[in-house]
Amino acid sequence: MFFFEDITIGQRREVGSFTFTAEAIKKFAAQFDPQRFHLDEEEGRKSLFGGLAASGWHVGSACMKLLVVDGQRLAREAAARGEKVAAWGPSPGFRDLRWIAPVLAGDTIKFATEVVSLRASSSRPEWGVLEARNTGTNQRGEPVFSVLATAFVPRRNGGG
Amino acid sequence: MNTFVFEDFKLGRLGRFGPRRVTREEILAFAAEFDPQPMHLDEEAASRSMLRGLSGSGWHLCSIIMRMMFDGFIGRTASLGSPGVNELRWLAPLRPGDEVVLDVDVTETRVSRSRPGTGIVMFKAVASNAAGHALCEMESPIIVQRRDQGTAER
Repeated sequence: MFFFEDITIGQRREVGSFTFTAEAIKKFAAQFDPQRFHLDEEEGRKSLFGGLAASGWHVGSACMKLLVVDGQRLAREAAARGEKVAAWGPSPGFRDLRWIAPVLAGDTIKFATEVVSLRASSSRPEWGVLEARNTGTNQRGEPVFSVLATAFVPRRNGGG
Repeated sequence: MNTFVFEDFKLGRLGRFGPRRVTREEILAFAAEFDPQPMHLDEEAASRSMLRGLSGSGWHLCSIIMRMMFDGFIGRTASLGSPGVNELRWLAPLRPGDEVVLDVDVTETRVSRSRPGTGIVMFKAVASNAAGHALCEMESPIIVQRRDQGTAER
């Protein structure tokens, strides 16, 4: 993964795709979001979603998974080239999360991330703060998910 | 059991829900599936992270909050889903064994312009641990059926 100094506004990266099977949708929903339209095909058809729909938190978690796994792949590749690898910090949160369209059973969502802003951390000089717009698009090219996420990114040489 | 409709939601405190105990096993299982960062999976790596010890994924905490809202009131609400989250802040790490409580307030209610049979209820939810430290706060709208408007919807 990159250091703060390696990142520029507008950098965009496809991080992979995730297929929401009916089984996975129901498993997540049974544990965390057992609203009827996330658990049952018929209830989903009768709802505003028009079919068995994934919990929005399932969609957000799948996006997180792909961001993490793709980041780890890049880190391994950088390490193999003998480069110093940056370990990203935690996220203080996000804004403007939108579940734009339902994610229905069988949908495959492609996720991407684009850097929106960069600033030094005022309280932690060894870290920078990055804002990225993370998005999900279904197999018909329709946007289904969008969130403006924030993360702490380490500065090269500890900000020194 | 009565079903809450849009008109039942009044501005101000809705309630306190929980506690919900979060185990180490749950934290590891969620992280392995959705957020496999060392700070959520490995004690040794976690102790060297900014969070100084094993912590649950923020998305895990979000999902737990969703379940607590479902058990608290959404499961008894004529909810049609949510269009999103205005803002969410992770304020402190979720630790193994934490007993999470959730305080929920209604901050805004309005009839939907695009679907007059429904209303938008804005919630502010704050998840805290047993010591009273806020772990996460979020503001999110939910679309709720209006009273006697059931036939107006598809």
